[in-house]
Amino acid sequence: MSDPFGQIGQFLLNLLIGWGLEAGLAAFLLKLAGAAALGIGALFSTFLLIWGERKLLARLQDRLGPNRLGPFGILQTVGDFAKLVTKEIIIPSGADKVVFLLAPMLVVMSVVGAWAVIPFAPGFIGTDINVGVLYIVSVGGIGILGIMLAGWASNNKYSLLGAFRAVAQLVSYEVPMVLVLLVPVMLTGSMGLGAIVEAQSPIPYVVLAPLAALLFYISSLAENGRAPFDLMEAESEIATGFNIEYTALMFGMFFVAEFLHAFAVSALMATLFLGGWRGPGAEAYPLLGLVYFFIKTSIVWFSIIWVRMSLPRVRIDQMLALNWKLLTPVALSVVVVTAVAEKLAPAAPLGRALVLLGANGLVLVIAVLGLAAYGRTRRERPVFGPAGTGAPASPSIQASAR
Amino acid sequence: MLEQWIFIGLLLPVGLLLPAVAIGLNWVLGPKKPNPLKRSTYECGIETVGETWIQFKVQYYIFALIFVVFDVEAVFLYPWAAAYDKLPLYMVLEGILFILILAAGLVYAWRKGALEWV
Repeated sequence: MSDPFGQIGQFLLNLLIGWGLEAGLAAFLLKLAGAAALGIGALFSTFLLIWGERKLLARLQDRLGPNRLGPFGILQTVGDFAKLVTKEIIIPSGADKVVFLLAPMLVVMSVVGAWAVIPFAPGFIGTDINVGVLYIVSVGGIGILGIMLAGWASNNKYSLLGAFRAVAQLVSYEVPMVLVLLVPVMLTGSMGLGAIVEAQSPIPYVVLAPLAALLFYISSLAENGRAPFDLMEAESEIATGFNIEYTALMFGMFFVAEFLHAFAVSALMATLFLGGWRGPGAEAYPLLGLVYFFIKTSIVWFSIIWVRMSLPRVRIDQMLALNWKLLTPVALSVVVVTAVAEKLAPAAPLGRALVLLGANGLVLVIAVLGLAAYGRTRRERPVFGPAGTGAPASPSIQASAR
Repeated sequence: MLEQWIFIGLLLPVGLLLPAVAIGLNWVLGPKKPNPLKRSTYECGIETVGETWIQFKVQYYIFALIFVVFDVEAVFLYPWAAAYDKLPLYMVLEGILFILILAAGLVYAWRKGALEWV
């Protein structure tokens, strides 16, 4: 019971060797089976994720949500899939065919690829490579590429505009994300996600580096293209953005990728900052670790949906200003301050936590003061009088403009 | 070391193959009756005017350029962060100097107005 996942792996390996296969080939086949299981599991879990998200969205809007197909409408996504799979694939005239077909697959691949390095439970991880954090960032970059290709290949002005916005947004928000990911790496001394989870044994990093966790949360919302950062598929502005020309399941693939990505960033947040599978008794019973991991991931996932439902869409200049003028400077200062504080902090857990918390609080106070000053300057807008007369506006209008 | 990467080398093709299979299934099951009207560009009901692949706003390009600067420098910071607990204080300060140079670049771009959306 101490290592069920290792035992299952060993059992399967022995089984394959027992069938007369070479040891190396058996290990390879086992890895292939693991990869296939992870990929298929991830894609099929989106059936449940899409249903869950629609249900939650509905409850937050005081609606019932899908409730016809199956108990609580749980089969709704299966029905949607059956509909999409029997629709016609339309390739628009003038589209770049190869790129047009490749783009949705690349987007799905990037999201599925991220699951390779996420530790679900002790001993239950696709592969614990020593550059896990960097791998997650780089695989996420392929998704950006896929969206860009989709918008470019469609031969449609709205989709091209959507692709431009997507690239401006995703590329910009990758900067604070990459920078704050340095903080857990620094506190652990390793880029492997397994080691990062191991290192959060007394205190999870959300306590030691709350600002880094917050910045990571905001930038992963933007990376995901969710409200309030859903500019790249803003329905009311550019039809639906980069995927406007896609039909049938090719269109569905973008949505599979988006819903799975929301869950993947929740899992990443849980792994990097909330202690992953760690919890009371998880060491002794790895299955309990799996439960803790999914509980933590679900909490973050729920908060993502809640934010999506609560906040209106930001404008593109606001979005870029938020990233480059607030998040990036704060991320840089969080990295600097954590680097200094961690070196000066005592080794005892409590003292270390207090020093790091104090350092984070300092950055937070300075950031909030700067934000307040910026907010005051921005509110002073020119006040226009009635058209043509050039007369100054009345004081009441001036007051309301402020 | 290399063995660990085999899994990723297998998972990424699987990730590419599964949507390909789904889309292939869609191609088999779905009707195939294209006509010029159906295949025309869907913009807003009237026929599309002019080329799509034209020159676009330079602002996107500027943001991409700033991103490249930051991303390349972040790659240099990762080894520093991974070796952080083995580094003496002066080496940490050298890393911080590097970050400050990075910040100076950001301030320069800000003062030059590259971060304004116009």
